[in-house]
Amino acid sequence: MENRIVVDPVTRIEGHLRIEAEIKEGKIVDVYSSSTMVRGLENIVKGRDPRDVWAFAQRTCGVCTTVHAITSVRAVEDALGIAIPPNAEMVRNIMEGALYMHDHAVHFYHLHALDWVDVVNALKADPAETSKIAQSISNWPKSSPGYFSDIQKRIQKFVESGQLGIFANGYWGHPQMKLPAEVNLLGVAHYLEALEWQKEIVKVHTILGGKNPHPNYLVGGMACAINEESTGGLNAERLAHVGKLLKEGKRFIEQVYIPDLLAIASFYKDWGGIGKGIGNYMSYGDFPTNGYGDPSSFKFPQGVILNRDLSKVHDVDHRNGDIEEFVNNSWYDNYAEGADTGRHPWEGETNIKYSGPKPPYTHLDVDQKYSFVKTPRWQGKPMEVGPLARLLVGYGRGNKEIQDAVNGALAHLNVPVGALFSTLGRTAARGIETQLVANWTMEFYDTLLNNIKNGDTRMANMELWDPSKWPAEAKGVGFTEAPRGALAHWIKIKDGKTENYQQVVPTTWNASPRDPSGQKSAYESALMDTPVADPELPLEIIRTVHSFDPCLACAVHLYDEHGNHISKVSNVGSCEI
Amino acid sequence: MLYCWQTAKQHLIEAAEGAKAIIAWGSCATNGCVQGAKPNPTGATPIHKIIKNKPIVQMPGCPPIGEAMAALIVHYVTFDRLPELDRSGRPKAFYGKRVHDTCYRRPYFDAGLFAQTFDDENAKEGYCLYKLGCKGPTTYNACASMKWNNGTSFPIESGHGCIGCSEANFWDNGPFYERSTNIPGFGIESTADTVGMVASGAVAAGIVAHAIGANISKRKELKTRYTRGRVNEENLDKNEDK
Repeated sequence: MENRIVVDPVTRIEGHLRIEAEIKEGKIVDVYSSSTMVRGLENIVKGRDPRDVWAFAQRTCGVCTTVHAITSVRAVEDALGIAIPPNAEMVRNIMEGALYMHDHAVHFYHLHALDWVDVVNALKADPAETSKIAQSISNWPKSSPGYFSDIQKRIQKFVESGQLGIFANGYWGHPQMKLPAEVNLLGVAHYLEALEWQKEIVKVHTILGGKNPHPNYLVGGMACAINEESTGGLNAERLAHVGKLLKEGKRFIEQVYIPDLLAIASFYKDWGGIGKGIGNYMSYGDFPTNGYGDPSSFKFPQGVILNRDLSKVHDVDHRNGDIEEFVNNSWYDNYAEGADTGRHPWEGETNIKYSGPKPPYTHLDVDQKYSFVKTPRWQGKPMEVGPLARLLVGYGRGNKEIQDAVNGALAHLNVPVGALFSTLGRTAARGIETQLVANWTMEFYDTLLNNIKNGDTRMANMELWDPSKWPAEAKGVGFTEAPRGALAHWIKIKDGKTENYQQVVPTTWNASPRDPSGQKSAYESALMDTPVADPELPLEIIRTVHSFDPCLACAVHLYDEHGNHISKVSNVGSCEI
Repeated sequence: MLYCWQTAKQHLIEAAEGAKAIIAWGSCATNGCVQGAKPNPTGATPIHKIIKNKPIVQMPGCPPIGEAMAALIVHYVTFDRLPELDRSGRPKAFYGKRVHDTCYRRPYFDAGLFAQTFDDENAKEGYCLYKLGCKGPTTYNACASMKWNNGTSFPIESGHGCIGCSEANFWDNGPFYERSTNIPGFGIESTADTVGMVASGAVAAGIVAHAIGANISKRKELKTRYTRGRVNEENLDKNEDK
């Protein structure tokens, strides 16, 4: 307790996360991950029309709104036995693909890059040298010495004004910042470009779903009817606009994100040995190409890997008792069966009961319940979910496309397979899969156009729209691979209403508190043994936590060994981006 | 909710202290939005219920239109004053008209041409989505005129009815796919103020927490006011079934 440093809020994430870490001799020896925010959406949707629930569930997050909506409509469709038309499947895939491109690129540049790129140091760069580097790694056109010189002048103005704005309060000048000034300048230039770029790719959602954030979805398919002969529906103009946005998105991934990722990673190879984590990985699989009911058609395969053993991939079953949630360390009422028992999400409950310290407080009492996040387990084991888990499961399943992509990146960086199980591995995996998803999304788009060309314009199956046709009771599960990892919603429907609804989100798996047998979840595991060179500027903690792309929000507050507040190291606040 | 050691309420009070005016961005700030929907498990509270001594500009929507959010700031910077607000505190420039009033599918409504279900022939023709639950007729926002994401599209243009996300307590006014009845007035002469007046009456009566109750009383009052609109609607009902 005495020498536990506290990082709260962790910034440049989505939501509210607090890390309390105990440091001994420059290393983390114990760590607790807590979310101090709760809304109770699962209780709010109870009793509502299941066809409406996607809109509530979508608001779980302001970033990956699309995946929560898809997961919700899938859960209802699964419960009622509704198969959606192939075009609706492709439109959902295209929207999810666009989300991956947007979400991962924004995470890399705007949430994670400043852990590795020193903005102020970029002022020392020789723009001509940056231009040379840029042109040696990519064909991206904005790469002249003049361009980088202009960027440098913009940063100079920021710094001289004393108002760094979005670049305020970073870890500038930290000894762990290893990039040459020229690469820092490249990173800052592309940070700014990515800000402009990201508002374009989301227009895919606007065309197909009406707006972004929070595009519209529909139980049974999609609402964007096709009519190639009218402006009333998706016609050639609308579809071509989507195609143009996807192509431009893919070009940015290929010519900016991936080259930058590899260039920056090559200076931080030591992070291939830090932030190892649990070693258990799970993917639900996603991007169906022959229906949600046929997992063999998924672009991302489903499966579980235990103890980093890629030679054996276990199957995931959402319907049996394999997946359970525990609340032994979470601020909810214990289940009637006892504090140390778990429940399958169909039987799950969310009875909020905060028993933590009264604010303002300095430390959580981690001997008691210490988070609003519940603790999910697969066959009793903690799982890491996310891009790395997806790629490892695909790798283990023998998916050639995924294997080639992973092997290519390892060879480029000249690091062994073991480097994947790390902070660097997570961050690299996110980029590698963005490229894959960008390629696939063009395939989905081509499939959609071909279907229409061949005369299939169906976009929604409304046969079971009317609740009078539903069974008195039904239950279903919807799952996706959200950009942050395995996501599932479980629904029970009774008399046309939502009887129970439980969401187990990727960050529930990764950020959860300890289970009844004391097993740590992914954040806590990955932070163990992390070296912290300067407890006043715990950049290392932030790097590893950010490598998971947390969906919870956070600055860094530090305590000395007597529990005294040393400093409030404001990271770039999530409200500033 | 705790963030950075303090409750969100403490942060709000601290931030509001030196402010000249407050912009309540989005429905979370203006009416509690999704977490404030029944049964509001965490007691989510809109800003105007906590801060009473400052001008508050209400920008409802889940989310509000990005360009409208930017335009509000630009207005203040350019003219050094807040834009004109309606009785609910919303800038008239963006919330002065109903989505229905500027919707490009409005002529189909007037002609009685409706999609009967999603993806039917009428939906493919881009006919009016009113019968599929579109809340455009009761929602004050600029979605149909400004559109979304640099004018790319808006929900109705992409085939889905408006869910009314800029109206207070819209979550509890559903279901989303149930056709609205008793639509107040069909002319663009109807302004946000007329509804605003009723809504603030409801606040004064202290029944805002019981959204449904408030809504029923609102509807009742409007029903008597807009008989012309109701006659119009009945005629449309007869026409559409032909």
